[in-house]
Amino acid sequence: MTPNDRRYTRDHEWILIEGNSARIGITDYAQDALGEIVYVELPAVGDSYAVGDSLAVVESVKAVSQIYTCVEGTVTEVNEALEEAPELLNSAAFDTCIAVLEIASVDESKLMSAQEYDAHVAAL
Amino acid sequence: MRSEYKLIFERSKAGRRGCDLPALDVPELCELVPEGMRAERRLNLPEIAEVDLVRHYTNLSRRNYGVDNGFYPLGSCTMKYNPKICEELPALFNGLHPLLDADMTQGALDMLYHLDQALCEITGMDKFTLQPAAGAHGEYTGLMIIRAYHELRQDAARTTIIVPDAAHGTNPASAAMAGFKIKEIKSAPDGSVDLDALRAAVGPDTAGLMLTNPSTLGLFETRISEIAQIVHEAGGLLYYDGANLNAIMGIVRPGDMGFDVMHVNLHKTFSTPHGGGGPGSGPVGVKAELIPYLPTPVIMACHGGRVTLDYNRPLSIGKVKSFFGNFSVMVKAYAYILSLGGRGLREASENAVLNANYVKEMLKDTYGLPYDRICMHECVLTPGELEQGGVRTLDIAKALIDRGYHPMTVYFPLIVHEAMMIEPTESESRETLDAFIAAMKDIAREAKEAPEALHAAPVTTPVGRPDEVTAARKPVVRYTADEDNR
Repeated sequence: MTPNDRRYTRDHEWILIEGNSARIGITDYAQDALGEIVYVELPAVGDSYAVGDSLAVVESVKAVSQIYTCVEGTVTEVNEALEEAPELLNSAAFDTCIAVLEIASVDESKLMSAQEYDAHVAAL
Repeated sequence: MRSEYKLIFERSKAGRRGCDLPALDVPELCELVPEGMRAERRLNLPEIAEVDLVRHYTNLSRRNYGVDNGFYPLGSCTMKYNPKICEELPALFNGLHPLLDADMTQGALDMLYHLDQALCEITGMDKFTLQPAAGAHGEYTGLMIIRAYHELRQDAARTTIIVPDAAHGTNPASAAMAGFKIKEIKSAPDGSVDLDALRAAVGPDTAGLMLTNPSTLGLFETRISEIAQIVHEAGGLLYYDGANLNAIMGIVRPGDMGFDVMHVNLHKTFSTPHGGGGPGSGPVGVKAELIPYLPTPVIMACHGGRVTLDYNRPLSIGKVKSFFGNFSVMVKAYAYILSLGGRGLREASENAVLNANYVKEMLKDTYGLPYDRICMHECVLTPGELEQGGVRTLDIAKALIDRGYHPMTVYFPLIVHEAMMIEPTESESRETLDAFIAAMKDIAREAKEAPEALHAAPVTTPVGRPDEVTAARKPVVRYTADEDNR
């Protein structure tokens, strides 16, 4: 089930906005397509990103993929558990955020609802 | 027979020897080595009899698989067969030393000059440097030339290289190493460069675009002239990644498509040894206005047929490799070009494209075909409906090993879900292709009837499926004989 509490990008990232902060992760479809994830390169707390910048790198047995930000902002928190246990992204993609950003701006036009995202995946 | 697979270190028996050396009859001068730098214990080298040593390596070599054993359809790599005559010819130059004066090495320099000329004719470039030792080294060299060009024009704001998402991974890596920022653009639904995305990406910061044509999807960029125009009008240069040149020799030339700089992989297109068996060679060609930036020395022909080395090139990016690059590899490539000739090279490309399309057409009803159009020298398939039964590309690749084939390239290009990239090359006969096609169809049948058997493949190899996940998460990168040494 794709959770209704958050928004999605075409590149299979999810973003959960709470007040002024955005939690960012990858969708269940993304983790399934990547296969078993073996390494996550996290951003540094305090770094700033523009919309579309590469925020993190996820490496699986198949490929290395960039994770892009869908908001502009500054990293306030990273999920350090992923350094030791990158497989958390496989087992619980929607419960495992990669980083939290303090939002400077967000481009709503690029974000989808859960229903829109499901339709996007179904059309792939 | 499990013991067959012991490491050479595990075969060691204390005191056993492969050869007897005479006793040392001069004093050991340990004291010449400063105290803190002396080894505290003997190196753990294997002690083994000659016959056991020979058997060990002979048996290992028999487990190797190369194009001399069988079909090797690794896409994006052009694992074509290397004619054995080309392997013999570099020995003719064994008496040469690279520090010999140009007057004494006219034959060797003449060969290099004519290889440069041949590559110019094949690619439509105006001058080549033969120094780069591999494809990615060539990319790096070409990007340094692009940077030097912009810097001399006082246009140092051009710091971004545009790379399509279908590009070889080396493209963004080389650009980053050369100090550029990378801007990735998405492919259009038909697999080609999205012109609107390109128009949106170019600007005053654009140093250049790196492109492969045919693309890594094995598809020809039909709008290449428009792509070149967009990049040139924005003030950038076009870099051609020569990895897929095997599809177009004698048919169309990167220099005529609008490319300004390119590299050629001699070890792919011109049939020199590949991979670990190399070394490689990645000559870089440029259009006339970029010649001043080429690495030194530039090999020039003077009147009277004399070949000279020109070091007096103030705008050059400098040397990128000692001496002339991997010389013996160039001898092999030059021999290949001469033995095929212009018509033969064209025929090689035509047959490479024909073979890939034959495989694609014969397998497209059995497997998924994400881009159903005429392909170039390689085709991209997917497991298609087999995936519903739980069979993935990795299973199919492993099952090919049990059927005696080297697997195709898997999970590349990244933009195709569960990609299988097949490049048969021009060297293969109809019979070989038919046998491979039959094996692929047999795997598809097994995928439907007994998918769990495919998950267990390969079963005919010394090692079945390595645990790739643990290997990647907790790699052990150094062999240690026992716990004490860890």
